[in-house]
Amino acid sequence: MPHDHDNHLDPMDARVRALETILTRKGLIETAAVDAIIETYAEKVGPQNGASVVARAWTDPAFAEWLERDATAAVASMGFTGRQGEHVRAVFNTPDQHHVIVCTLCSCYPWSLLGLPPVWYKSPAYRSRVVIEPRAVLAEFGLNLPEGTKLRVWDSTAELRYLVVPMRPEGTEGWSAAQLAELVTRESMIGTGLARVPA
Amino acid sequence: MNGPHDLGGKMGFGPVLPEADEPWFHAPWEARALGVVLACGALGRWNLDESRHARECLPPATYYAASYYEIWIRALEVLLTRHGLVTPDELAMGHAPEGPADARRLSAERVPAVLARGGPCDRQVDKAPRFAAGQRVRAKNAHPRGHTRLPIYLAGKQGVIDSDHGGFVLPDSNAHGLGETPQRLYTVVFDAAEVWGADSEPGLTISADLWEGYLDHA
Repeated sequence: MPHDHDNHLDPMDARVRALETILTRKGLIETAAVDAIIETYAEKVGPQNGASVVARAWTDPAFAEWLERDATAAVASMGFTGRQGEHVRAVFNTPDQHHVIVCTLCSCYPWSLLGLPPVWYKSPAYRSRVVIEPRAVLAEFGLNLPEGTKLRVWDSTAELRYLVVPMRPEGTEGWSAAQLAELVTRESMIGTGLARVPA
Repeated sequence: MNGPHDLGGKMGFGPVLPEADEPWFHAPWEARALGVVLACGALGRWNLDESRHARECLPPATYYAASYYEIWIRALEVLLTRHGLVTPDELAMGHAPEGPADARRLSAERVPAVLARGGPCDRQVDKAPRFAAGQRVRAKNAHPRGHTRLPIYLAGKQGVIDSDHGGFVLPDSNAHGLGETPQRLYTVVFDAAEVWGADSEPGLTISADLWEGYLDHA
């Protein structure tokens, strides 16, 4: 559903301001804590976390095996823990099987690995359609998979958070993990895209 | 509950609209909403399951017309009044008297640790598992009035157990203050033809993470 993000008379602005003022006056929240939460998700946590996990899995077979067996521990070893990433499972794309992540019931998303979810991920359009017509949805992202590739859609109905490990692009032999991480897009770790192909 | 949030397979919502170079927030109030909701959660008066249930209990017309952060704020107002932290009059007036700091008020210093810890939901369950990987199961045809995490599009459908994740807090009780009552959680894989019928996409499978009590042997 479209929302006017530039409306300066947005009633939500006044509503949230009033609520924050009430809560602060009543001793329930601290402005500096609200600022610190915002700063965490605006500046510290983001898809670069997940991208470094994927790039390491591409370059380190023992890590990839660990990631497949116990993703929670594997990503925690890289420092990625916390809210909306307490329990993690990684699913690996192959030429025959492509994975896509959704939460049809709310918008569960691996915050610790990808940051805050984009608006489209939380939208009724994505949540309703990707479980019944994923190919049409992927086409709207410009992703047209070969007919022979099977699709699995993972509905995050509990507290497991999913990370798609996309296939490593061809032509990247000998690349370092840091170079490879640049190819790993947020969409490729949700399954609505592929890793970038080097120019 | 069969609420507005339970969206799998519903139609009429139009195309998915990915936004290039999407900002983290589309307005300053969205950032404040995120911070306020998380800071209030840290007060410990309710859990994540109760928050989710407050969001899905919004009237359908409100839910569908609202952005996600608006849904969060509306649900937060419900939770704050339900737990006696704010009165409806205070919300309506937009004003409240000053009060002493709550013992559990989140300080800026505690934010990194609180966010890094999150809220793990795995719990020890000693009962032997009812299901094993590879077994056929049927999701119950259940339509509880309260909170559940069994999506309606899977109710009554047959699938196969993919994996057993051990015990997890049961949202159905936890959302209503009835305790964590942990149950074993399984990933269950469903063929699209079972879920959507003969016209479904060939080769498509859908998996969901479902608690033991949601399932029967098939």
